[in-house]
Amino acid sequence: MSRLRAFVEGIGLRGPGLDGWEPSRPVLTGAASYVPEPTNMAVTGMLPPNERRRAGIPIKLAIASGHEAFEHAQRSAADTATVFTSSSGDNENVHAICETLVTAPREVSPTRFHNSVHNAVAGYWGIAAQSHAPSTSLCGYDSSFAVGLLDAMAQLATDGIPVALLAYDHAYREPLASVRHVEGNFGIALVLTPRRTERCFAVLELEFQSGAAHAAPMADPALERLRLGNPAARSLPLLEALAGVDLARAARQPGLESRLALDYQGDCRLDMTVTPC
Amino acid sequence: MRPLLISHKTLSNALGTGLDATLEALRARRSGLAPCNFDTVDLDTWVGLVDGLDTMAVREDLACYDCRNNRLAQLALEQDGFAQAVAAAREKYGAARIGVFVGTSTSGLLQSELAYRQRNPETGALPPEFCYEGTQNTYSLAGFVRAYLGLQGPALVVSSACSSTAKVFGNAQRMIDAGVCDAALVGGVDSLCLTTLYGFNSLGLLSDETCRPYDVARKGLSIGEGGGFVLLEKAGAGAGPMLLGVGESSDAYHMSAPHPEGLGARLAMQRALDAAGVQPSAIDYINLHGTATKANDASEDRAVVELFGQAVPCSSTKGWTGHLLGAAGISEAIIGMLAMEHGFIPGSLGTGQLDPALHCDYRIENRAAPLRTVLSNSFGFGGSNCSLVLGAAP
Repeated sequence: MSRLRAFVEGIGLRGPGLDGWEPSRPVLTGAASYVPEPTNMAVTGMLPPNERRRAGIPIKLAIASGHEAFEHAQRSAADTATVFTSSSGDNENVHAICETLVTAPREVSPTRFHNSVHNAVAGYWGIAAQSHAPSTSLCGYDSSFAVGLLDAMAQLATDGIPVALLAYDHAYREPLASVRHVEGNFGIALVLTPRRTERCFAVLELEFQSGAAHAAPMADPALERLRLGNPAARSLPLLEALAGVDLARAARQPGLESRLALDYQGDCRLDMTVTPC
Repeated sequence: MRPLLISHKTLSNALGTGLDATLEALRARRSGLAPCNFDTVDLDTWVGLVDGLDTMAVREDLACYDCRNNRLAQLALEQDGFAQAVAAAREKYGAARIGVFVGTSTSGLLQSELAYRQRNPETGALPPEFCYEGTQNTYSLAGFVRAYLGLQGPALVVSSACSSTAKVFGNAQRMIDAGVCDAALVGGVDSLCLTTLYGFNSLGLLSDETCRPYDVARKGLSIGEGGGFVLLEKAGAGAGPMLLGVGESSDAYHMSAPHPEGLGARLAMQRALDAAGVQPSAIDYINLHGTATKANDASEDRAVVELFGQAVPCSSTKGWTGHLLGAAGISEAIIGMLAMEHGFIPGSLGTGQLDPALHCDYRIENRAAPLRTVLSNSFGFGGSNCSLVLGAAP
């Protein structure tokens, strides 16, 4: 089984009570207490006014976390390949279209229609970043984050170019909320490189393995609820490990290696090692 | 990239189920398009409908996945001995070493559209039999296909509108190259739903006649449903056509209109040629995206002419199948393989008078020709572009 490797150059984070990477680090490691407040949905100037007006929640989550990750990495988003991954895409939009289709006349809004594609976020990102780089838009239900991470790391290994991974999911409204529970609004972005750069702070090694993951729960019950409730927040154990490495580096202490596993479709897993860079 | 073997393939759409149905219709120049009588749709348009989906069901043990999209997937998997070929590959490689990389645009969204008609008048709740995970969710197609074929390797859905099932070749190629799997099930399906039909109508992109790609009086799309699958293995594992190159790009221009100068399209084609390590002159035929909208055909034509000049025969086969949206990539890649295998260039159905503003070598009539290498284009909303370079069986 081949072992894939990535260097982590930048992170961006928007989640309930997790507003940006730096302030979230001590919360993720348990050094500060977690206070689950509604996710900050403000977006940066990256998005042109026309697109900002039309942007739904996933676009805001991805642009906000992605912008932070690229600032952190000090890398240009214009020539970096992207992997977008989400279980639900823009579910408010799906709800609005389904409501329109049960009323006569069935006048679907053109903006709602073009926002209904699962890759709408990638389209807005391309416009915002002025990027012609390859980009893919994935779905893996509850394993969407693991699916995106494996895809991004395979791309690093084969194409040898930096890749940004952007994962996001947001809560449904009724009636879909009763058939699909998603907890809060969560967006996470990682800028990954195939080789060590000055900005890298952690090395991530990964193996795809058969057999279910026995993921250790987050120590804080509210963070654990978030992890289980939002497909993008299934990244929390990895973020916890990365926060530990990053905080140790900031304190000029040797960081520790962490091992963790992420579930992949219930019968497989990603075994990972995170070490300081 | 290292070329990969396409050891098995299957195709289903409005022309019929199985490869032969499409091949025969291509040769006989018989279109699968008919005036739309799908569900309660009251639009004046033509569609490419797959017969029998309303009355079939998915395999009993997978009933939670039952919806039009997964029925279509099952129907397609059962043609051309494809499911049996996958079973043999599972024996050879092991279930965990075969990935499932499939694409769809709308997945089982029709199931939600129907469920919204049956909401409880008091509580607003959806009917109890509605299964979100197995139907509406975008992953449902991969979940269904993986369970149906008993595979346990990596699995994902690419959903990038009309480039989805071209892009899955790229995901599979990277996973095999990175050593995560040894073989891959690649392809996907898209099925009719109201969101698509009324959505394209809202953008003024639906034709009220059969689509006429590259015609001077083209009026827009005819939508179809269908799909296909291929089994990708490492070169040397058997005989068959080859995947030589995959090229992906983003327009960074507009959500629902292509780049007017075809910038993203040209980049995708160039990257596919680069990945294959071939010059434009190596391409014997281009299966265009050719949706028959004013903007798509003009933008794509410009990109093709810039890269290939007027030297390469081109056509869009959407006059036969309609625009299969998320399933266009796999379907047209397989049509490209059939063209190589049977030595002919399919022309274009529905096209009468070529648009004089378009300059590629667009073919209306079918013609016998030995084809070694073909290029297939798929471009989607959000400016998502993908081109594939395919080679004839050595």
